[in-house]
Amino acid sequence: MAALVRAWREKGFVYAVAIPFAVVLGFPFAWMAVTALKSQAEVFQPSHTWSFHPTLSSFGFLFHHTKYVRWLENTCFVGLLVVAITLLVAVPAGYALARLAGRVGQSLGVAIFLTYLVPPTLLFLPLSRVISTLHLQDRLWALVLVYPSFTVPFAIWLLMGFFKTIPQELEDAALVDGCSRLSTIVRIVFPISIPGILTVVIFTFSLVVNEFVYAITFITSSTNRTLSVGVPTDLIRADLFNWPGIMAAILIPSIPLALVYNAFLNRFIAGFTGGAFR
Amino acid sequence: MASVAAAAGSRRLRRVSQLAHRRGVLAAVLISPAVLFIGALVGTPLVLAVYLSLTDATAGSLSGRWVGFANFRHVWADGIFRGALWHTFLFTAISQAVVVLGAGLLAHALVRRFRGRWLLRFLILLPWAAPVALTTIGFLWFFDPLASIWNWFLIHLHLVSKTSPPNWLGTPTLALTSIIVVQAWRILPFATVIFIAGISSIPQEVDDAAAIDAADGLKKFWYVSLPLQLPIALVALLFGIVFTATDMVVPYLLTNGGPFNSTQMITTWAFQTGINSGNIGEGAAMSLFMLPVLAAVAVGMLVFARRSEVA
Repeated sequence: MAALVRAWREKGFVYAVAIPFAVVLGFPFAWMAVTALKSQAEVFQPSHTWSFHPTLSSFGFLFHHTKYVRWLENTCFVGLLVVAITLLVAVPAGYALARLAGRVGQSLGVAIFLTYLVPPTLLFLPLSRVISTLHLQDRLWALVLVYPSFTVPFAIWLLMGFFKTIPQELEDAALVDGCSRLSTIVRIVFPISIPGILTVVIFTFSLVVNEFVYAITFITSSTNRTLSVGVPTDLIRADLFNWPGIMAAILIPSIPLALVYNAFLNRFIAGFTGGAFR
Repeated sequence: MASVAAAAGSRRLRRVSQLAHRRGVLAAVLISPAVLFIGALVGTPLVLAVYLSLTDATAGSLSGRWVGFANFRHVWADGIFRGALWHTFLFTAISQAVVVLGAGLLAHALVRRFRGRWLLRFLILLPWAAPVALTTIGFLWFFDPLASIWNWFLIHLHLVSKTSPPNWLGTPTLALTSIIVVQAWRILPFATVIFIAGISSIPQEVDDAAAIDAADGLKKFWYVSLPLQLPIALVALLFGIVFTATDMVVPYLLTNGGPFNSTQMITTWAFQTGINSGNIGEGAAMSLFMLPVLAAVAVGMLVFARRSEVA
């Protein structure tokens, strides 16, 4: 009986905390959705705050009268290239730091992770000089070049965590059976790590979608912008903003990203804390 | 002749594969691209930032005249910059205090299994998953002087007058408060996730032992859960500090330092000086004021990583 009361009390605590937080954190998105479904004429009318005629005209505006689709394409272009570069550099390094380099590897891993904390707001001024020396101003390639500076340390850290969770015995068995270390890595370690690598792909891509400081510094023409910069600069420009269209522009990338975050959250936690903080 | 060459070739191949077998060599080969990459993309600009801060470089030239510490002296004497230091401190300290308290509470709820967990977790993760520059623009609309949704609520609750509702981003104190709230809103989910990681890394046996010893509720939290979670909470806090003190997206997009520089941060002021006014040397000097904070956080992390390794 006491146990039952305790279970009920725990349930009560869970809902009493989680529901208010979910409302506070999620409400802005609900209000974005409401605004996105209004017509431009109804947006400023106080009497139409909650009762209005839903319309999808904001999406039409976004797709036909702005460069939104172009920004989506640019973001995907940069994102996919950066993900590829990041995996190429970070997967071998993450594995080596987790398995081969011993105590030195542990310290080196932490050192690499600390470079993730060096912020773009510190590096954008010197990098803007470098980019202009390389004649990459206003080109997406500038972002492809610079973004791995924060995605690689982040990815190495997560991958270190994932690789540490793979039992050493599995690899030892393959080595005893005559596999070389390299083929052990390719044939045993990589296949098991695919979920971990997929997590890195998702979070790396979302770091690219999120990036703002470099993108606003290096890119000057509106056709070359990414989502994060195109929406705040090009849609917040004239006197009368198209708020429904802007809200739609926010929701389109946000909802899918949140869905994959939710799906991969447990793996993210495992990788993030598996590195050394355990 | 050909067979000799082939034999030499295969010998070389064997030597290569033997080398690859040695841990140290293989490790170095696998790690060095990453180290070179990071050195080139983070190390070089960092050094260049220090160099630029000691010159009078302007937009359009990579180098300038050597001016020693003149930029730092000038920046330090600048009233707007002093204000920016203070705002950055308030922005970071208040938002992170809110985040740590909120995340600590929320993580304890979310770590359990319950009906509807998936949906609640989805809603709670949204501010972290959504691109921050875009959601900040969303808040520009929520704070709109004519149609603020917050004002709609406050008017209907009779907390503010209908004729002169607050102008959130147009009044100095309110503007700074708004920025702090938005930043706390967006960091909270991430901190919660790290807290959950910390809670779930507590071994079940410890929990069970505490339960057997009849340490109930608050007592168990105070003597068992809290000490065990402190390290991971520290990690979340250190992250939050770095990602707030050095981030310019929220202040830049909401107010860009205004009204009357009342929300100017180190980052936004460095951006305006370095990029908009083209005074790169001075901008670099400003952004270097963030280094002490970063160094302190880095030391904190290192000490922590070492300790958890020993444990």
